[in-house]
Amino acid sequence: MTAARAREPRPPAWPARLLADLPAQGALSYADHVARHGALTLPRKKDERAGLIDEVERSGLLGRGGAGFPIGRKLRTVSAGKGKPVVVANGAEGEPASHKDALLLSRAPHLVLDGIQLAAASIEASDAHLVVHRGSAAATAVRRAVSERPAGGVAVQVHELPHRYVASEESALVHWLNGGDAKPTFTPPRPFERGVRNRPTLVNNVETLAHLAYVARHGATWFRSAGDPDEPGTLLVTVSGDVPSAGVLEVPTGAAIGDVIAAAGGDLRRSQAVLVGGYFGTWLPAAHAASVPMTHYALKAAGGALGAAILVVLGRDRCGLAETSRVVEYLAGENAGQCGPCFNGLPALAGAFTKLARGGWDERLGPHIDRWLAVVPGRGACRHPDGAMRFAASALGAFADDVAHHRSHGPCAHAPSASLLPVPRKTTEWR
Amino acid sequence: MRVRVNPIQCTAHGVCAELLPEWVELDEWGYPVVDDQPLPQQLVDHARRAAAACPTLAIVLSSD
Amino acid sequence: MSTTAVTSSVLADSFSSAPLWYTTRSTAIVGFVLLTLTTVFGVAATQRALASRAWPRFATQDLHRNLSLLGLVFIGTHIVTSIVDSYVNISWWALLVPGTSHYQGRWVTFGTIAFDLLIVITVTSLLRTRMPAKLWRSIHWFSYAAWASAWFHFLKNGTDSRHHRFGLWLDLVCLVVVVAAGAIRLTTQNSPAPVRSVAAGR
Repeated sequence: MTAARAREPRPPAWPARLLADLPAQGALSYADHVARHGALTLPRKKDERAGLIDEVERSGLLGRGGAGFPIGRKLRTVSAGKGKPVVVANGAEGEPASHKDALLLSRAPHLVLDGIQLAAASIEASDAHLVVHRGSAAATAVRRAVSERPAGGVAVQVHELPHRYVASEESALVHWLNGGDAKPTFTPPRPFERGVRNRPTLVNNVETLAHLAYVARHGATWFRSAGDPDEPGTLLVTVSGDVPSAGVLEVPTGAAIGDVIAAAGGDLRRSQAVLVGGYFGTWLPAAHAASVPMTHYALKAAGGALGAAILVVLGRDRCGLAETSRVVEYLAGENAGQCGPCFNGLPALAGAFTKLARGGWDERLGPHIDRWLAVVPGRGACRHPDGAMRFAASALGAFADDVAHHRSHGPCAHAPSASLLPVPRKTTEWR
Repeated sequence: MRVRVNPIQCTAHGVCAELLPEWVELDEWGYPVVDDQPLPQQLVDHARRAAAACPTLAIVLSSD
Repeated sequence: MSTTAVTSSVLADSFSSAPLWYTTRSTAIVGFVLLTLTTVFGVAATQRALASRAWPRFATQDLHRNLSLLGLVFIGTHIVTSIVDSYVNISWWALLVPGTSHYQGRWVTFGTIAFDLLIVITVTSLLRTRMPAKLWRSIHWFSYAAWASAWFHFLKNGTDSRHHRFGLWLDLVCLVVVVAAGAIRLTTQNSPAPVRSVAAGR
């Protein structure tokens, strides 16, 4: 079984869309993009705009940033808001273990730019902003792509966001575009009600917009021909960890986690666990995860979350607790310093987790951890505390045997070398 | 009516827990933990008073 | 006959104005003391350390608010009687417009400024829940200016008794109390919640 693979595209058994027919390296140029996909026709008249939104609703396309909100409904809500709408394309994935947006932007930027134009035209937006990470390869690729395109449609401004975990949360993104720090704000008002320059704002993940470019060209029925009937289409999955060829794969939604990992050369039968959904996601024991389909509802039923479709495979000679404690510490450091339960709760949890994973454990910490896991989630302006707590709680479940061992005998032999999960260097930038 | 806290405004003064102990308790750092169920009618006036007494106006009363 | 007439007219005059005069003076003293206490309890209401089960924060807040309203009643009486009283020549508009009093113009002006500020502070506090917390707070800082203005007014207009120095002593005691309270407020300004590491730090 194979799939379209980022590093070396090869004939896929799973039909690729976004990642199909990419050049061996670099971005698909505008000329090649048009040759491959055909020119873009934007809706001009009122019934054309309504027709496009209807088509998107029929396609069942869900947002690919993590929350999985239906895009058709989002377009409708924003277009019904008061004031000229604004489109924000979010290409600054905050998850350190996700590379799909960076890959899409640096290899097929014109799909995303098509999507931005279509979204903007359908809701009559006057401004469009494309946000990428500061100094990234994606930023260079995107700027070049914008300059390649002929005039027409809405002008797309490219912005480079500081590297912070919470900065790409949509309210943080809007606050930053409005001149503030890239920190989440209290909602309501949500960005779709009042966002950039107080206008109704459509914030979409760039992968979602790329799919939109396909829906507009080929229609809803075609779009639904791949993937799960309830959450149709294809999905960019970042597979990393203990697999031979880590990278971004395009798979139909609903593909089994075990099959996706096999496509990256990995084998769950010889692995310990999989982290699904990134650092707001959950650890699932390998045996339990293998047959779970990659959809929002199936993963929720399995006690996890699809998130931004991130899979990190944990080999058998790794300490899941030590890996988790490094990330919890990172997440604690990435709190925005705004909400008491988060800036108190996360460092407290990180401290206790480090002692569990690396030594210095005290049995009195057990009840504290239980209480923090229960009382901290849901009490921040954004989902940062919820995600960090969920991630930590899932580790205690998936590595229950290790927890018992660490508590009675101290850290295991693998704990000191923990380094599987990427933890970016800390920055102090918020602007 | 429901009681919410704007956690960015809140700086853990704790007045809400004094005035609305039936619905608000404080965590170990002094920040309110609020029941998110609809507020019983007999507590509505107390909730209004707690919201008005909050030094940072962090208590948000929603009508639903 | 003529002597009696003169005497009685003097008496009649003083009988008509003496109650007003004493009311003006006494309400000024009580009003100023209440303003001072309001300021002190306002500072106390910002102090986390003062709250306890026996004396909750809202009790301090309520005292602050109710003392301020009571103080306004006394100050209002003080202003009305001083205008009605024919002994001092203060017009109605001197009540609100600084610098328009003919009677000891400069010193009454301090009282006028204090009163104007008090009106703004009271109105914004009554509407506090309907405005941004930061706006209300920055306006409320003018309470210190209002109190200081009242203090200057009291210093000149309220301490002129040659027989005893009660007014002056009161003025000085109030000054010390409010300066101390203000110093506490400034040194604890916007203090974040105490970060208590329950377990992780052990």
